[in-house]
Amino acid sequence: MTATAPPVAPPAGRTASARAGSSAAGRSGPVAWMVLPALLLFVVFGVVPLVGVLVLSFTQWDGLGAIHAAGFSNWKSVLTDPQLPHSILVTFEVMILSWAVQTPVSLLLGTFLAGRQRYRAFLAVLYFIPLLLSSAAIAITYKALLDPNFGLGAGLHLGFLTQDWLGQSNLAIGVVIFIVSWQFVPFHSLIYQGGVRQIPATMYEAASIDGAGRVRQFFSITVPQLKYTIITSSTLMVVGSLTFFDLIFVLTAGGPGDATRVLALDMYKRGFMSNQMGPASVIAALIVLLGLALALLLRRLGGSTTASQQEGA
Amino acid sequence: MDRAVRVRKLLRLNWFGGLGGWVWLLIVLIPLYWIVVTSFKDQSAYFTQNPFALPSAPTMTNYQLVIQSDFPRYFLNSVIVTIGTIVPAVAISFMAAYAIIRGAGSKFLAGVNGLFLMGLAIPLQATIIPVYLLIIRMRLYDSLLALILPSIAFSIPLSVLVLSNFIRDVPKELFESMRVDGATEWGMLRGLAFPLTRPALVTVSIYNGLAVWNGFLLPLILTQSPGKRTLPLALWTFQGQYSVNVPAVLASVVLTTLPIVILYAVSRRQLLSGLTAGFSR
Repeated sequence: MTATAPPVAPPAGRTASARAGSSAAGRSGPVAWMVLPALLLFVVFGVVPLVGVLVLSFTQWDGLGAIHAAGFSNWKSVLTDPQLPHSILVTFEVMILSWAVQTPVSLLLGTFLAGRQRYRAFLAVLYFIPLLLSSAAIAITYKALLDPNFGLGAGLHLGFLTQDWLGQSNLAIGVVIFIVSWQFVPFHSLIYQGGVRQIPATMYEAASIDGAGRVRQFFSITVPQLKYTIITSSTLMVVGSLTFFDLIFVLTAGGPGDATRVLALDMYKRGFMSNQMGPASVIAALIVLLGLALALLLRRLGGSTTASQQEGA
Repeated sequence: MDRAVRVRKLLRLNWFGGLGGWVWLLIVLIPLYWIVVTSFKDQSAYFTQNPFALPSAPTMTNYQLVIQSDFPRYFLNSVIVTIGTIVPAVAISFMAAYAIIRGAGSKFLAGVNGLFLMGLAIPLQATIIPVYLLIIRMRLYDSLLALILPSIAFSIPLSVLVLSNFIRDVPKELFESMRVDGATEWGMLRGLAFPLTRPALVTVSIYNGLAVWNGFLLPLILTQSPGKRTLPLALWTFQGQYSVNVPAVLASVVLTTLPIVILYAVSRRQLLSGLTAGFSR
């Protein structure tokens, strides 16, 4: 990709001021404006909408017409809606189960990939391919693959595969978790691979001199040393799982019944299918709060040095 | 003797890990193989043949059908939106990361950095309703720009994080010596930081490009007319239209993924090393 990040021509008026100042404090002045384009765009399309979600949750809006203040009525109606606990439950179910599947698998694969044999590099290349497909493409593929009449099971005449995978509540959730893992385990195993490579080899040498086997080494050295990597990866998984929209939307559209209606889908259905932007904004606000709370929780779990880890220090 | 035992132990467990690695490879590859094989079958072969058998009479009809639809336009839209997002996104994120590292000590920049980091923890897709309102008010609804602007904003947090990690690694002495030679901040950004962080710039470009190319939610909500569709959305509508013709749908899956796979094949080393370095510290 050569088309990326062209050196931008310096605006004439700024270069002179950038030259001034040589102390650390003076230096931050002329540099600081360079952050402004990113800040501006992030504020307009990130921070303002973040506040906007909260504001809109107190209004009535059908998506087209005028917006009216609505007080707490949206919050009251959403929080007392029996749909909400169900959506929250499904969201947590998907989040926790997909975390529980992905973390051990990617940890083991990442540790394995961090070894030195040549074919592992080859494996790493192939592992990455699912990440290249859009969630829409993946959902469409699996929908056809799992079709009880013409899919995998029927073609291979395997009874246990010939189920109505997407037509039964528990199976549909299982399918979602499998596909999510299929898609994202490769990514997380790469993160772990990078983490394992940074563990000093001397630790393993010392351990093996002390007679620790590889299993013991894995649990006594690799896992503890990867603490921050596990937190980073888990944060990405957990916060990311709140945004599983396209996959589920295309795969099941929330069905069967409401079995896979996660919060993001709930928001979409209320807002853009039922034209109730107010209640949908309440759901959106809940998603934001949930994401923030989970990220902070995971950060706390990581201990005090996590901050500098996440900032890459 | 001691060494021999150790080597044997190592081999045994490697074998175990290797088995797991190859099993996962099968899990990854089987569906991919099935997509490609099925996309070359005609309808009757799809209904009658073993799903994993190679097509007895491979056909390109599915691909012809897809290409003769509006596929080229959707493809072009996706290219415009992707390039239109990553070039400015990476450029402004690079500038921001440069400022955050070089201006360390400034409260303002530390605050901005904190704001971007917060963006990492928040699922920004949840802000889609206000974004929708904003786009309508800006009279950008149903345009490609409506997809580009929020995409740029959504890609800033991660880009700044990864890029600032790399700029931080540039030795301070290099900046100092350039400064002594009379270089401006712009000169140092272009002459020093840019070449030294090029791998990270490529990584971030590809990573963001992937997210935008595969993006579904923004096109679904911010566009309406078929002429403004991008590939993932087109794929979805195509699936609705051709739901009986699974091989044709799978051919369109192949066609939307192929450009990315080619890009990946070309730049994978860079992408993989950049990703592992960018996330794991």
